[in-house]
Amino acid sequence: MTAAEIGLILDTAESYKEILSRPVKKVPILRGKSVCTLFYENSTRTRCSFEIAAKIMSADTTTVSTGGSSIQKGESLKDTLLTLEAMGMDLFVIRHGASGAPHFAAQVVKSSVVNAGDGMHEHPTQGLLDMLTIRENKSEIKGLNVLIVGDIMHSRVARSNLWGLSKMGAEVRLCGPSTLLPAEVEKLPVKVFTDLDAAIEGADVVNVLRIQLERMDRGFFPSIREYSTLFGINKSRLRRAKRDVLVMHPGPMNRGIEITPEVADGEFAVITDQVTNGVAVRMALLYLLLGGGAHVGTA
Amino acid sequence: MQTSATKVMDDNEIRRALTRIAHEIIERNKGAQNLVVIGVQSRGVPMAERLARLISEIEGVEIQMGSLNVALYRDDYATRSARTISASEIPFDVTDKTVILVDEVLFTGRTTRAALDAIMDLGRPAVIQLAVLIDRGHREVPIRADYVGRNLPTSKKESVDVHWVETKGEDAVMIAKAAEGRGQRAEGS
Repeated sequence: MTAAEIGLILDTAESYKEILSRPVKKVPILRGKSVCTLFYENSTRTRCSFEIAAKIMSADTTTVSTGGSSIQKGESLKDTLLTLEAMGMDLFVIRHGASGAPHFAAQVVKSSVVNAGDGMHEHPTQGLLDMLTIRENKSEIKGLNVLIVGDIMHSRVARSNLWGLSKMGAEVRLCGPSTLLPAEVEKLPVKVFTDLDAAIEGADVVNVLRIQLERMDRGFFPSIREYSTLFGINKSRLRRAKRDVLVMHPGPMNRGIEITPEVADGEFAVITDQVTNGVAVRMALLYLLLGGGAHVGTA
Repeated sequence: MQTSATKVMDDNEIRRALTRIAHEIIERNKGAQNLVVIGVQSRGVPMAERLARLISEIEGVEIQMGSLNVALYRDDYATRSARTISASEIPFDVTDKTVILVDEVLFTGRTTRAALDAIMDLGRPAVIQLAVLIDRGHREVPIRADYVGRNLPTSKKESVDVHWVETKGEDAVMIAKAAEGRGQRAEGS
């Protein structure tokens, strides 16, 4: 995606935010279109966000998750897609554990495909809503110092953020324990840190990633408490950042581990704004893919 | 783009037409109580601003003004390019008000139909009246304007563009033969 395409999506999303505060949250633009959310992994915010975005635009939604579907019987992704497309689906929103699954899907079906998170690869709509949140608080992304802290290795949110932000001209810093930084991370257009106190110095934005507790048993870090001490975002650490720093988190949060409740509920956090912006961004994507306007490449 | 364009209204003619429309609005509604002005984005907005100001000056009351984005209510979205993207800004309730809906050109009527749907989603006005600078004919839905600056018979192959000094540096109404390939692309309401 080019910087211009990102700009178009963010501008469109920004103009849709007003709809979310109307008494009648409905516009007829996608009436009669069918949107299928196909989720092979658990999700609250992404899935509901896409559903609500589609419904506000008057589209019909169908949700298929692994549990309760024939995926349990061993049905392949390809057959699942073809079956649903034969029912008239105009657009698929796909979250899958395999990196590249949406790309594969786009070749199987003629309908549009949106990536809601594939493996460790990308979570583009999260990247977009994060950029929208930053832009509305800081007027422009160019030149900002953005820190992403946490389990970078396994994080598709980190990847989407770093690609998007560097295209828009921000300086991106990644910080995490060396066991959770991907191999050859220095080749990415980022600055890498294993010391959070150094990394957070002068940051305009701190994006805190969820530590995936299920990884604890595989030797990535000695204990949750140690992770929290060295890499947790708390009030005193935050003082090293700029005075008007933004604290973001893609959710769900482990309060007290990667982020203290004080910071999460505090004055610098824009976490719930991110969620609202997520609906607007997804509305914008659905409009651009299904409702006309300039054509954008697959997300 | 367009070949040579002819100016059919200059800034003075536009000014006189808007002044007359403002007086007509006040006359028909017996005053300016409960009157609000809403311009259809993007080119109806400068006209709405001027009308609101004119009515204000004549009657001596503050007239509220808003701008309406109808992109999500259109039926012809697939054939129009994504124009200026901006949110609707209507900082007042439309319920029980007399809404003067303003657009610069009335053509097929589809934009006006979309604007009516958009306004109904915001509340329940007492009355909606339509004010346009140019009515160029060729209606495709049963819509008519209450106030018209000038009737301009055109062929469907022509395009009518209203320039406002705020965006194009001068006030003017221009007619041009549409270039090859544009077909009957609607240029107004």
